[in-house]
Amino acid sequence: MNMETVLSVRHLKKKIGRKWIIEDVSFDIGSGEIFGFLGPNGSGKTTTIRMLVDLIRPTEGQITICGKDINKDRNEALQYVGSIVENPEMYPYMTGWDNLAHFARMIPGISDQRIHEVIAIVGMQNRIHDKVKKYSLGMRQRLGIAQALLGSPKLLILDEPTNGLDPQGIKELREFIRTLADQGLSLFISSHLLSEIQMMCDRVAIISHGKVIAVGGVDELLQQTRGSVLFFVDQLDLPLKIFAEEGMKVKILQEEELYDRSVTDGMRVIEAIIEPEQAAACNRKLIEAGIEVFAVEHRKPTLEQLFLGLTGGGSID
Amino acid sequence: MTSMYPLVKNETLKILKKKRFLVIVLVLAILIPVFTYAQMTSSKEAAKQFGTKDWRVVVQQQIYDYTNRLGSARVPEEWKRWLSVQVQQLQFYLDHDVDPRAPSGVTFVRFFLSETVTLFIPLLVLAIASDIVSGERSGGTIKMLLTRPVARWRILMSKLITLALFVSLIIATTILLAYLISGIVFGYGGWDLPVFAGFQVQGTEVDTSHVHAVDQWLYILMQGGLAWLSAMTIACLALMVSVLVRSTAASIVTMMAAIISGLILVNMAQSWHSAKYLFMINLDLPSYLSGQLPPIPGMSLPFSIAVLAAWAAASLVVSFTVFTKQDIMS
Repeated sequence: MNMETVLSVRHLKKKIGRKWIIEDVSFDIGSGEIFGFLGPNGSGKTTTIRMLVDLIRPTEGQITICGKDINKDRNEALQYVGSIVENPEMYPYMTGWDNLAHFARMIPGISDQRIHEVIAIVGMQNRIHDKVKKYSLGMRQRLGIAQALLGSPKLLILDEPTNGLDPQGIKELREFIRTLADQGLSLFISSHLLSEIQMMCDRVAIISHGKVIAVGGVDELLQQTRGSVLFFVDQLDLPLKIFAEEGMKVKILQEEELYDRSVTDGMRVIEAIIEPEQAAACNRKLIEAGIEVFAVEHRKPTLEQLFLGLTGGGSID
Repeated sequence: MTSMYPLVKNETLKILKKKRFLVIVLVLAILIPVFTYAQMTSSKEAAKQFGTKDWRVVVQQQIYDYTNRLGSARVPEEWKRWLSVQVQQLQFYLDHDVDPRAPSGVTFVRFFLSETVTLFIPLLVLAIASDIVSGERSGGTIKMLLTRPVARWRILMSKLITLALFVSLIIATTILLAYLISGIVFGYGGWDLPVFAGFQVQGTEVDTSHVHAVDQWLYILMQGGLAWLSAMTIACLALMVSVLVRSTAASIVTMMAAIISGLILVNMAQSWHSAKYLFMINLDLPSYLSGQLPPIPGMSLPFSIAVLAAWAAASLVVSFTVFTKQDIMS
């Protein structure tokens, strides 16, 4: 990649007490890139983000933002960053405008003109003089983004930005993020939802237990991951035996793992980690063994399977 | 590099927008009339008791009264020491033909300041100082505050400067409101009434060789300055507790417990001499002006100021060290 590197993270480690919370995190973000940071809850996403903006000091490793080391030239480095860490918490007893003016006073050379600009960018002209405690979560998100954009940053860090947004809000946010990236801004977006990262990001780093286990293009990574096929059958023992004979990895799914599908009593669901092309042959074997097959369904790769593929089995939590 | 001014402006605006200062003014506006009324009835009572309005007779009566009690075997030793100091002071006022309690708005201010410096003014300071850092933590706004291109020590420094501003404002407002409200009853005169300062207590003897008369306005200015010093010490300690403790409630309770324990200790610690190094025993700086018996023998104005300064300095060192180093976890 020959574009300018905006954020570079090298062998980041953090020890709290005797426990290594972050064991080894490295990645680079180029300008204009939307970078996803994917991992289950508790994998170290927020701790990493807090280290990027100097809320937590790393035990080891280096963070460089636009060529400035965050531990040595903290203030210069942070000038290039706008961030929302976890929720966009503002002062509820002040108006949106007062909050923006408050943060503007902490960055050199921000004029009222710039405050008007960021308010226009997030489309909050009508409600900006209301107290923040009267805002909905969506409004707070927008104000949070306005606040992050105040200093015309080169890197925008958003931590689980779709949390609490309705589908319409998520769609708007996705388009908004794309617009910002098209203007040359780099974005770092954390999420525990694969689908979200898949739709929003160009590249992704996957973190598990405080370690980055993969970095690459989103499509590239997904290609490495096989989907799975669900078999809806009337019994468990016999099909499991057949799958075992074929040497296939399987999992018995409970009803709550099926999201949108409901199953009737007596119907059992087995998930087999196989290519869709193998499904027909499998199905034939089951039927020949006298097993009732109610349905066969191809499932797109999920975060869980991505993890299974990357870590070679083992659970994500 | 951002200058300090916009940061202090931010902190000041936050305190004003939280309406904390308004609450303080309201509390004062309710409390001062209560004290004024109490003062009024007690001086009326005294006039009735002695059957005269001549202050000389009243003071003479009081000296007689105290001397009688000094002779009684049932009065405890510490109490006698206090009585003896009072008698000598009253005699001094009588000899110099100055009414120590001439009722006026200004005299009330003097009385009010000396009564409020150990508990009430610290409480008002806590209303502002206790959540100055812990409030940002519990509200989550600390993350927004500390991810700006402004060094952490500057942010804490701006909070400290803002605290100093509000401590000054609280004391000025207390004096102003006490004067304006009590003046309705006692009149607005009395600025140039002479007050004696510089009594020095040596055991049970009052050394009057350094006593000089000052105009009451100057006396109040001195009182206000000393009250500022002790209030500022409270502010520094509260800042430290606010940095160390995450919940504002815990922060207020910790500080209140320390201050109230001081009030209790003052009455108990006569023989526990090392208690004089505790900050809460030393808060009543203005009492040195009027020559009150110190709570523990061996305490003096320079001693108390030194103790308070040491506590304030130590708490600032802790505040700045922790605040600039600590990891902001969720």
